Amino acid sequence: MSIEVRNVTKKFGTFTAVDDVSVTVPAGELVALLGPSGSGKTSLLRIIAGLETPDAGIVFFEGEDQAQRDVRVRRVGFVFQHYALFRHMTVFENVAFGLRVRPRASRPSVADIRAKVMDLLKLVQLDWLADRRPSELSGGQRQRVALARALAVEPKVLLLDEPFGSLDARIRQELRRWLRRLHDDIRLTSVFVTHDQEEALDVADRVVVMNRGRIEQIGTPQEVFEHPATPFVMTFIGQSAVFAGTVQGGKAFLGSLAAVDFPAHLHEEARPAAGYARPHELEVTRIENGGGGLWATLRHASPAGAVVKLELTDPEGGSLQVEVTREQHEALQAGVGESLYVKPRKLRIFVQEDATSDAPDTPRAPRA
Amino acid sequence: MSSASPRRRVLPGFGLTLGFTLLYLSLIVLVPLSTLALRTASMGWGPFWATVTSPRVLASYRLTFGASLAAAALNGVFGLVVAWVLARHRFPGQKVVDALVDLPFALPTAVAGIALTSLYSPNGWFGRPLEAMGLKVAFTPLGIVVALTFIGLPFVVRTLQPVIEDLDVEVEEAAASLGAGRRQTFAHVILPALFPAWLTGFALAFARALGEYGSVVFIAGNMPMRTEITSLLIITKLEQYDYAGATAIAVVMLVASFLLLGAINRLQSWASRRGAAA
Amino acid sequence: MRRALTEPPLVRGALLAVALVFLAIFLVMPLVAVFAQALEKGFGAYLTALREPDAWAAIRLTLLTAAIAVPMNLAFGLAASWAIAKFEFPGKGTLLTLIDLPFAVSPVISGMIFVLLFGRQGLLGPFLGAHDVKVIFAVPGIVLATVFVTFPFVARELIPVMQALGNEEEEAARVLGAGGWQIFFRVTLPNVKWGVLYGVILCNARAMGEFGAVSVVSGHIRGLTNTIPLHVEILYNEYNFQAAFAVASLLAFLALVTLLAKSVVEWRSGRAARPEAPVREAA
Repeated sequence: MSIEVRNVTKKFGTFTAVDDVSVTVPAGELVALLGPSGSGKTSLLRIIAGLETPDAGIVFFEGEDQAQRDVRVRRVGFVFQHYALFRHMTVFENVAFGLRVRPRASRPSVADIRAKVMDLLKLVQLDWLADRRPSELSGGQRQRVALARALAVEPKVLLLDEPFGSLDARIRQELRRWLRRLHDDIRLTSVFVTHDQEEALDVADRVVVMNRGRIEQIGTPQEVFEHPATPFVMTFIGQSAVFAGTVQGGKAFLGSLAAVDFPAHLHEEARPAAGYARPHELEVTRIENGGGGLWATLRHASPAGAVVKLELTDPEGGSLQVEVTREQHEALQAGVGESLYVKPRKLRIFVQEDATSDAPDTPRAPRA
Repeated sequence: MSSASPRRRVLPGFGLTLGFTLLYLSLIVLVPLSTLALRTASMGWGPFWATVTSPRVLASYRLTFGASLAAAALNGVFGLVVAWVLARHRFPGQKVVDALVDLPFALPTAVAGIALTSLYSPNGWFGRPLEAMGLKVAFTPLGIVVALTFIGLPFVVRTLQPVIEDLDVEVEEAAASLGAGRRQTFAHVILPALFPAWLTGFALAFARALGEYGSVVFIAGNMPMRTEITSLLIITKLEQYDYAGATAIAVVMLVASFLLLGAINRLQSWASRRGAAA
Repeated sequence: MRRALTEPPLVRGALLAVALVFLAIFLVMPLVAVFAQALEKGFGAYLTALREPDAWAAIRLTLLTAAIAVPMNLAFGLAASWAIAKFEFPGKGTLLTLIDLPFAVSPVISGMIFVLLFGRQGLLGPFLGAHDVKVIFAVPGIVLATVFVTFPFVARELIPVMQALGNEEEEAARVLGAGGWQIFFRVTLPNVKWGVLYGVILCNARAMGEFGAVSVVSGHIRGLTNTIPLHVEILYNEYNFQAAFAVASLLAFLALVTLLAKSVVEWRSGRAARPEAPVREAA
């Protein structure tokens, strides 16, 4: 079942948690809401679930307005960040709860409930823990009980709030692979909230990047990483080097870099702008390789698997992170303290918009 | 926009529970209490002042406040020792002793009153030897102090005990490592940390003693001007159908206890800020 | 025990001795005195005092009063804690202060306000007199005064417990399709049951033992408007000490049961001694 959020706004007092957000989740997709804390992603998820009422806007399930439908009848599966397992019930009772509270007419028989719950517990590989209480389970096990409990009511959409947030790193990796496989099997329209960009890119079909209550970009993990729509997305997802400067008359003058062509801004008036490059998009050489770059001093080199991470200082004292392959690093034969020539292979330049139209630190108008 | 839905709360029952809460609160507490204000307002300042400053009433204030203060002080000293021992020492029967500290809350005041009276009356277990030493307790202000000490005993202990348990022992160890003796550590490190809680417990015991009635009436002797506490005076006025007089005295006591509890609230937030900063 | 934290053995011993002697004089001895005096003339006399009709009437009235006051304040406590812990609304701080109000009113004044309201010269006195309804010097007055003095017990115990538990489990139940009563009985109540029990125990102890407030409104009519504490007073003032202590021993026994039940609940609910509870009683 598809989900559509149209022009939704939610305020808590004077704080705008969700600011005129519209997004569509196609049926059967696994979508990540990604953003820093306070970006409104959890509020948006709770609005979709019906746990919060939006101040404005509409939520549609399969084209149907949900405004008048209570959370009770929306048929959503919701996995809470801290699982919200019923602490006085066993694992079995937790999973059975949604079936047992149904009105008598639509309630399955005791035997059917039992069969269904045990099936679900098998699915999440916890059937051997059916009689335990939540307090006797590990974090990862609780997470899976919460998921089984949400699935028991045969939801039409599955919503997960920071599903891996309170687990340690190794379990988190395991569980997210498992969630991806589970989703491939059951193909339930799912939305999960995360602040971990790696997690979002790894698991989701589509990523919705949020910041300050607004959507910065919607796209596949590939699109979001390779073609960030805004400087926020650029800096929030992956590392990048920043060259601050101005654009004027079709040229960009950025930090210590040589001027580059920027036909998107032909205006004679100078505007503040910044250029961004990923660490692997910076080229490092011992000689001035055709110009357009800058000289920087090598501070530190650390091998990290197939690549070597270099830390350099540019003439203005700013720090530059660069990734080169092992072969390149060996060929370079650079020692700490030596000057190297750094040149971006690819530069994404964002012109800052009028200060009145947006916050000063979120320039817009992308260009690759 | 079509769906201007009313603000809906996810969990049900808000209207029902808040409505019942407010109705019940009004009927049981607010309406009855407001009669006090109503009576006072209809009384006029002159008669009010005359009543609350008559010699017999003033004598009862002196006795009530004085005995309450003495009892709170007694609890302040011994309550600290009891709290310290319960929090820091381990001894057989500790659980029982710990539970027993709450006895003054659980034991009806009338029972405490007659029990203390029989203990301290001239032929009682404590009264006889004390009388031999020339000390009269029952039917004197001293007896009132004894009853109020009993009533206020748990307050100092129960406010101090958790604070002592939560004291960061590393701070004491740090003091010791810096060369402080046990007595110096106690005086300069532990006592200052306990002071806000101690003062809170002291004030609570004092506030409770001010309004106490049941445990005191039996042991007090109830002689006007000498051993008549304010609560008893209110009852006496009521029994003479002097509602106005009773109301006036009650208002003075109520204002005193509100002021005191306001101060205690401020004290407690100070104490918790202190605790958080430590 | 860490060395730096240990007083010298002599000081330890002295502190322990001071504490125990103080507690023995002020707590244990009064308790012992009650039972000793009750049994002074033998077990037969003890039973006789308890079997006396007026004593029975007092016991019945006390049980009746508690049986009305405790459920009422339990219902209030559940409603108030649900509204306050589960929802945000303006004026919540004021409401909490008002709920605490009866703790700040001394027993005698608590009784007095009902005399001012329902007494012969009270606000509603003429009206009640015209309709031949007796509140003061009758059972309704005793019940009202008791409800007033025990008003905050359950609510004040439950509100922090419910607030600490948060709303997540209830929201989860809602998402899974549970109705209001289903959420309350299947999710909330099992989680707060020890808090409820704790509040009920304290509320009941006070309801059965209240003296000052009830004394003001009762009128002390033997066999009719005497609760156990009031009956104790009458017997004592008639110099019938043995009978007074015999009846008082019932209340002392109740106090011990209360302390025991309290300790059991504290132990079962896994919490240490609850210092806030007594503190709030005065506040």
